[in-house]
Amino acid sequence: MAVTVTQPQRPSSGATPAPGGRRSRGRTASVHGSRWTPYLFLAPFLVLFLTFVAVPGVFGIWISLHDWDFLLPKKPFVGLQNYTDLLDSSSPQFQPFWNGMKATAIFVVISVPFLVTLPLLLAILLGRRFPGRTFFRAVFFAPFVLGVAVVGLMWRYLLDPSFGMVNGMLGALGLPDSTAWTTEQPWAWISLAFVTVWWTIGFNAVIYLAGLADIPVEQYEAADIDGASAWQKLRYVTLPGLRPVLIFVVITTVLASANMFGQSYLITKGGPGDSTRTAIMEITDLGLSQYRMGQASAMSYVLAVFLALIALVNFWLLREKKS
Amino acid sequence: MTNSTSPLQASPLSRRTVLSGALGLAGIGALAACGSGSSGVPGQAPAVSAGGGATGYTGPKVALQFWNGFTGGDGPFMKRLVDQFNSEHPNISVSMNTMQWADYYAKLPAAVTAGKGPDIGIMHVDSVATNAARNVIQPLDDVATALKLSEADFAPVPWKAGIYNGKRYSIPLDVHPLGFFYNKDVMEKGGLDPEKPPMTNDEYMAALEKMKSKGIQGHWATPFPFTGSMSVQSLIWQFGGNLFSDDAKQVLWADEPGVKALTWFQDLVTKGYSAGKIAQDADIVALQNGKTAFNWNGIWTINTLKEKGDLKWGVAPLPNIGGTKAAWAGSHQFILPTSRTPDQNKQTAARVFLNWISNKSIEWAKGGQVPARNSVRESAEFKALKDQATLATQIDYLHFPPPVAGIGDAIPEFEKALNAAILGGQDPKTVLSDAAGRATKILEANAKKYGG
Repeated sequence: MAVTVTQPQRPSSGATPAPGGRRSRGRTASVHGSRWTPYLFLAPFLVLFLTFVAVPGVFGIWISLHDWDFLLPKKPFVGLQNYTDLLDSSSPQFQPFWNGMKATAIFVVISVPFLVTLPLLLAILLGRRFPGRTFFRAVFFAPFVLGVAVVGLMWRYLLDPSFGMVNGMLGALGLPDSTAWTTEQPWAWISLAFVTVWWTIGFNAVIYLAGLADIPVEQYEAADIDGASAWQKLRYVTLPGLRPVLIFVVITTVLASANMFGQSYLITKGGPGDSTRTAIMEITDLGLSQYRMGQASAMSYVLAVFLALIALVNFWLLREKKS
Repeated sequence: MTNSTSPLQASPLSRRTVLSGALGLAGIGALAACGSGSSGVPGQAPAVSAGGGATGYTGPKVALQFWNGFTGGDGPFMKRLVDQFNSEHPNISVSMNTMQWADYYAKLPAAVTAGKGPDIGIMHVDSVATNAARNVIQPLDDVATALKLSEADFAPVPWKAGIYNGKRYSIPLDVHPLGFFYNKDVMEKGGLDPEKPPMTNDEYMAALEKMKSKGIQGHWATPFPFTGSMSVQSLIWQFGGNLFSDDAKQVLWADEPGVKALTWFQDLVTKGYSAGKIAQDADIVALQNGKTAFNWNGIWTINTLKEKGDLKWGVAPLPNIGGTKAAWAGSHQFILPTSRTPDQNKQTAARVFLNWISNKSIEWAKGGQVPARNSVRESAEFKALKDQATLATQIDYLHFPPPVAGIGDAIPEFEKALNAAILGGQDPKTVLSDAAGRATKILEANAKKYGG
């Protein structure tokens, strides 16, 4: 986000001394007026960004170097201890943190493939022309407007092993009706991934739909003339055409899955055992209910570094391969 | 969810409001007679506060903010009390703000730091020490002395629990103990006498075995804090153990009584007296649906079950499984949040309010609570609330965690062990020891942090 936003500043520095500039830029130079104009337009976002992202982001580093409880007068400086504690198996936060990281990794690995591919298939289906297309687009997007509390509570009731409607309906169909959807592994992970797909499928699908609309129809016509099969059109026309969208979807989906909190907080309560307690859950617990904000900040930065690395790997894997 | 400030509550009270409003006006005249003199003298104002609210409040009209987390069925009962207080005290107007407890505990410290905290609040007994240590709430010793409140006025367990580092920080409103709820129809179906719930370990086991032979899983064991953790904690005390040492330096739940308690609870599943792998609240739902006969749950369950018109149920004190009578309980306590700019008038008025509600806690008891104040708990009016009164008999052997700052941070570790034992079928001793190890480290870190 920060990268795309700061970009407009660059032309602004070059815009003033280039009145007769290339292409049509000269015509708009008068509109630019003062060189502060771009900053003025940026200001509303910049204020929010500085207040809620940049300043807390830097202040958090300072917090992470202390034993920090905002209400206690004493906030002793502890240097890097909050970080080294995460590598020290005798510290109180070692086990919860790495267990949380493991749970987070598991959820990312099992949910992201479905969250990336299923919306794509759905978008391709909904991109076709058929009666009621708009209606179905709305239907699939609808769950996304629900808050996590609604989704979590609803599925907790539906998936209840003893009294839930899911097991009830399976039983009515003569299928096994005693699956412990929320209280036994691997069902708990399967349920959480399924609920997340159900909830957010529409969001990624809408982004894919926009991307699909940008692929020139001529490319498909050319492929038809060359006698390409449906699979070949998907592989050689649709996917390459969607690359920028795909990068966006993969990266945002990985981040969203790594930030999973509400679903396991509400549906499985972190259980069975502590198997679905994600890193974010541990950080929230440590920072906001145990008031160990220094330690929680340190954990957040370690998690952030991991996520940044994964985002870089994604960019690298999905880069345009120059042959 | 339940908005306690709903206008629905206001209308049935309007007549009474008007009446007592008139009485209140008459009262002003009387108060003004003695009040005008003192309020005219500048030096007198602190003296009123030194009265700690015992002498009433005669100053100018003040508005007080009262925060709590009574979002459930208890909310309307408190709202009614507040309305009544407002109508009887024309110069004090209390407005009640109800939010989810979790939000409340997160908001209160932030509000207090920003100087926007409420004037009065409610807090669970196990949060009092932590908030005292974090300067969120102020000492109340002056209130206790001024109102001449002492241990003799209250049940000793909740009264003592309000003391942290030698100072009193809270005044108990109620206790809400765990109780033994039973479904009479299911008991009958299982061949038991529905009027005679089992009260000892032998009777309990025999009852479960009898029901099992008729295909009924008699006591569903829930792996979640509500109310599995409360049940196993009760059992630990019953088996003569404790969760923590009194100074909270040691975690004791992995000792023999703890292992016995968790094993007993786990056996409910392994011996087939309980469904396995159940989700949150399935145990109490099963009782209401006639799937199971016994459930240990909080006193608040009384009102839940009352709403089920055709359900035949009863409630008794917890059976004595371990040999020593004991039961888990929580307690709502009044607190006065720290104020950055103390306003004498508000401070006095808040104390008046606190004392008044404490005396009227019979209304509160109807919401499904046991009043902490002896005069109320021993009143005929409370004894008439049969279900609440039954659970109130446990008052002298209820247990709270030790009043040590940050004690609540360690209990989730116990709950992880419970979950692993019931859902994961893991060995009680192993999971309890692991959890105790983690909890000990947390307590050590807390001792360092809070300087305790």
